[in-house]
Amino acid sequence: MTSLIRHGTALALAVALVLAAAPSYAQKTEIHFWHAMTGQLGEALEAQTKEFNASQGEYEVKPLRKGSYAETLTAAIAAYRQKSPPHIVQVFEVGTQTMLLSGAVYPVHELMQHNEIKINWNDFIKPVVGYYTKDGKLYSMPYNSSTPIFYYNRDAFKKAGLDPAKPPKTWQEVEADAKKILAAGAAKCGFSTGWPSWTMVENMHATHDQPFATKNNGFGAVEGVELLINREFGQKHIGQLAAWQKDNIYSYGGRAGTADPKFVSGDCAMYIQSSALIGGFTKSITFDWGTGELPHWGTPYKKATSIIGGATLWVLKGKPTKEYRGVAKFLEFLAKPEQQMSWHVNTGYLAISNTAVKNLEQGYHFVRNPKQYTAFAQLTGLPPTPPAAMKDKKAAPPKPERVATPNSQGLRLGNFVQIRDVIDGELENIFGGKKTAKQGLDDAVAKSNTLLKDFAAANKP
Amino acid sequence: MKRTVFANRWLPYALVLPQVLVTLVFFYWPAAKSIYLSLFKSAPFGGRDVFVGIENFVALLSDADYYDSILNSFVFATGVTALSVAGGLVVATLANQKIKALGLYRTALLWPYGIAPAVAGIIFLFIFHPAYGILPYYLTFVTAYEFNWLLKGWVAMILVIVATAWTHLGYNIAFFLAGLQAIPGSVMEAASVDGAGALRKFTAITVPLISPITFYLVVINMVFAFSGSFGVIHAVTQGGPGHSTEIMVFKLWKDGFVGLNLGSSAAQSVILMAVVIALAVLQFRVAEKKVTY
Repeated sequence: MTSLIRHGTALALAVALVLAAAPSYAQKTEIHFWHAMTGQLGEALEAQTKEFNASQGEYEVKPLRKGSYAETLTAAIAAYRQKSPPHIVQVFEVGTQTMLLSGAVYPVHELMQHNEIKINWNDFIKPVVGYYTKDGKLYSMPYNSSTPIFYYNRDAFKKAGLDPAKPPKTWQEVEADAKKILAAGAAKCGFSTGWPSWTMVENMHATHDQPFATKNNGFGAVEGVELLINREFGQKHIGQLAAWQKDNIYSYGGRAGTADPKFVSGDCAMYIQSSALIGGFTKSITFDWGTGELPHWGTPYKKATSIIGGATLWVLKGKPTKEYRGVAKFLEFLAKPEQQMSWHVNTGYLAISNTAVKNLEQGYHFVRNPKQYTAFAQLTGLPPTPPAAMKDKKAAPPKPERVATPNSQGLRLGNFVQIRDVIDGELENIFGGKKTAKQGLDDAVAKSNTLLKDFAAANKP
Repeated sequence: MKRTVFANRWLPYALVLPQVLVTLVFFYWPAAKSIYLSLFKSAPFGGRDVFVGIENFVALLSDADYYDSILNSFVFATGVTALSVAGGLVVATLANQKIKALGLYRTALLWPYGIAPAVAGIIFLFIFHPAYGILPYYLTFVTAYEFNWLLKGWVAMILVIVATAWTHLGYNIAFFLAGLQAIPGSVMEAASVDGAGALRKFTAITVPLISPITFYLVVINMVFAFSGSFGVIHAVTQGGPGHSTEIMVFKLWKDGFVGLNLGSSAAQSVILMAVVIALAVLQFRVAEKKVTY
């Protein structure tokens, strides 16, 4: 009997607690955040939202993974059409133009202004902010940004008698090193690539200061944009890759990240892929490896900065006004240097505010993790190794090695998802020997131009 | 045939109503919506639906890539149907013999059908992928031939055909087994008495007697290969290399859900629907005459 009473008391207490807790819980406004981050990246994202939720009592950000980038965007569109969109959706960089012209977006600069939150966007790295800025105003919140870099297997370099501290800086050196590596039997193939259109076409045009498309790579206008990737430079570079494919100097490994195992397994000694893979590679690769900047063809081409990939957070219209205050607070939270730093350290994505970078430097983060510095240097034009100034305050600051030009600021194309698919498809035709580089690139340009024209027609103001 | 007469006038309608409702909601409504959508160009986020008449169809029919996808679909569907129906018949014939542990074999043979196409695709990927597949890895010990379907379109096509046929094999086996068991033993015995060998019995008795089932399976497999085999393509090749394995159903998904071109995607699904209906009608017209019921 006493136990029953005790139980009864406990039960009553529990009920009272729940009743007491419930109202305060119910008052929290939910902010829905749809994203496409998996594995370690997804965990880092969840940790960030948890920290935000714990930092204040008014709002509760609820992250929800909706699949791949494309699936997340499609889900958000469907929800928007059903008039129940999420507050925030993560959209990959190729979807930028679609989002800008969708009419469904609450621009970040307006959101912040309406909620009287000031963020110093000038503190953010220009190549990142510039990609998502229109008429000098930021439309989406930069979140996960990366850029392609060069990875190499130091053990294979040693085996082939090459200096493991010196990754090739030019394509000529890549070829020579690959030949030595193949001759020494240090690997089965010279190099491979991830995200073929992004690394080999988009970024090669940017880093060689070659236009990818007319109208300032699409930044200038929506109408009349045409691709320029079938010109002399594009033909030369892609033609060379096709030739190397025959000799195993280059080994095509598929779209997106399907070629990753070629490098991780040691099959290919060199690899060009997103800097965001540093974290994953650190866990999964057993040999000694290093990073370097993207190879360059040398003169007569200028050496320019690379362009970013990744995604930003877009705020969608159609929610009650008061809920947007929570969205603004969350974005303000993400813009804090501490958040930038932990996001960078946990994921390998770039720290994108100068303050965060400076703090990381002061903690000797880059000196201790030089691999993490490569992408930052390449985007900002600095030399690829962490400068001595980081250790020795008296040493001269590094001089930029790369120029930032209109051709390297990024791409803003409508139907870009399909265009990338067209380019990837034609690259396969070229590497497979079905078409010459000129034929394949001509076809890619013709098909892409139709897509661009369709987009312009559908988005006439 | 006996005609059933209901006393209550409304009862028969009430009885078929659920079926009619399901068909209307899940088949006719989406189909009608597709036809409607195919006449518009719509912005992804909505709000701007512009009526364009048959423009989406005109654009498709003047696009060489689209013809490629139609051709790919026919090659793919023919390959899948031939392989899985013929394979199903062979395996079913073997499983129809009086052998030990027959039940075990039969159960095991039906399993592949229980595997979702997408999962089957992933399994094939782990076996055949040039970068991390187990088979290409072992091949390197035997031959210098590089099994790279990432660049060779026809190898990729064979791969997705085999993978898709495999997922559908169990279904065909089940039907053939039922058909084979329905063949009266007396007919077979009579043939044996007349001195017919195994092959003769198979061609002269088995094939004609199971022809209704073969016919049914050919139609079903064709329809399945045209419209239901998205999962394998999506998991294994994503339509590549180039557009070598981009069949109609994959292209319409890609244009609609990745490319966000809903009008064109809807137009493609209307064309696909027409092709599948035409195929079924054609098969009924031509092939059914050769079927003995």
